[in-house]
Amino acid sequence: MTRTRNFTRILLTITLLTLLALFSGAAFAANYRSLDQIRNSGVINIGVFSDKNPFGYVDENGDYQGYDVYFAERIGKDLALKINYVSTEAANRIEYLQTGKVDIILANFTVTPERAEVVDFALPYMNVALGVVSHADNAVNSLENWDSNERIIVISGTTAEDYLIKNYPNIPLQKYDSYATAKNALENRNAIAWANDNTEVIAFAIQNNGYTVGIPSLGSQDTIAPAVSKGNETLLNWLNDEIRKLGSERFFHADYEATLVSTYGLEYEDSLVIDGIKSE
Amino acid sequence: MPDLGFEVLLKGRNFARILEGLGIALRVSMISVAMSIPFGILLGILAAWKNIFARAVIRCYLEFVRIMPQLVLLFLVYFGTTRAFGWNLSGEVASIIVFTLWGTAEMSDLVRGALISIPAHQYESAFSLGLTKSQVYQYVILPQTVRRLLPLSINLITRMIKTTSLILMIGVVEVLKVAQQIIEANRMSSPNAAFGIYLTVFALYFLACWPISLFAKYLEKRQVC
Repeated sequence: MTRTRNFTRILLTITLLTLLALFSGAAFAANYRSLDQIRNSGVINIGVFSDKNPFGYVDENGDYQGYDVYFAERIGKDLALKINYVSTEAANRIEYLQTGKVDIILANFTVTPERAEVVDFALPYMNVALGVVSHADNAVNSLENWDSNERIIVISGTTAEDYLIKNYPNIPLQKYDSYATAKNALENRNAIAWANDNTEVIAFAIQNNGYTVGIPSLGSQDTIAPAVSKGNETLLNWLNDEIRKLGSERFFHADYEATLVSTYGLEYEDSLVIDGIKSE
Repeated sequence: MPDLGFEVLLKGRNFARILEGLGIALRVSMISVAMSIPFGILLGILAAWKNIFARAVIRCYLEFVRIMPQLVLLFLVYFGTTRAFGWNLSGEVASIIVFTLWGTAEMSDLVRGALISIPAHQYESAFSLGLTKSQVYQYVILPQTVRRLLPLSINLITRMIKTTSLILMIGVVEVLKVAQQIIEANRMSSPNAAFGIYLTVFALYFLACWPISLFAKYLEKRQVC
């Protein structure tokens, strides 16, 4: 019995070490397809969300739709390639690029310094920031000179929570785990306002009567951009040229009007959309 | 009756898409089950042997697969093989590999457990009746083993069917992913659709697993006679 157990232990160690070596050191260097390779294959693989209405979703006929998909369709058209949509999740977008299983990620991907170390972002095509929604009859338009008896709702683990703790430590927060409970709390006036991504709070105020987004843009302006595998220069350069060209024809305004206007209304078009990035 | 948003199922191809999603989940799990059972029986018999080397190797394999969450295994096979060897497996093939590895490991342990649970006196009494070795296995040991194995393997099979809900993480659009897509696409027009759609998914999983339980019950009854 002890002999078996020792043997097992040794074998287990060997197996684990081998696996570690396999998956850490021996990674293939160039795990992506260059623009020419993509062109020759006739198909471009684009990773999009399939359940994030209105950015990337699938309609009742099984077709991909949304703000990101509208852009993807244009990329396919301009490259004269067929598009193979890959349904991605927030947590596996980087992995898909690192293994070259998709050529481009167009899944509402926020540019952050950490992500930029492992993937290459092209020029941005949308803005995101934080926003604060409150009851229209008791609107919160500023976070300065805060009355410390009033609290703000946040969802745990979001950028809104981090931002408020860091920059407004005197504002008491009321934390919830899910979108649904936070929504309930605001409806029942458990707190005066709710801070979240501005796209979320704007959509909330439009869908529910009696609310207003007193602060539509708070904190650091982040951007949404397409991403390609680290080092895929040819595809990245093509994408950047494409985005500059599309900006000059106000393509993303048209995209907004086709896909986002029913959720956000026209008044946020200029603050959310990025068109006409200056040439470098 | 409260509005459960069942009407979204009738929009466009939605219901057909859910069924197609179920088809993919069942295809992945059934192919994996079909491979896991023979492999698992083979490994289980080897694991019940006295051979130290065979037992140690099987033990390592079993522990490795059982300790790793299925999601990690899916990522290892789907993305890891691309990183390490440059293979480009499709999500479905990667899922079948992982589910077969997992099913084989679990099945082998069930078989080993069923085999060693047959008391030694069963063998001894059978031999003392003058039966040959193959007769002992055929008439005494195997029938008892199979009977002990049946409910356990049915449990494993239904677990494999339900665990296919994880393969959406490697881009396979199965029934749960289609359900999420439908709920999200109708977030504005039918905010209650989540209830109706998840109820439908529940019913579909139930319809997929229930016949398997019935079949097992039938087999168990038939053996008793």
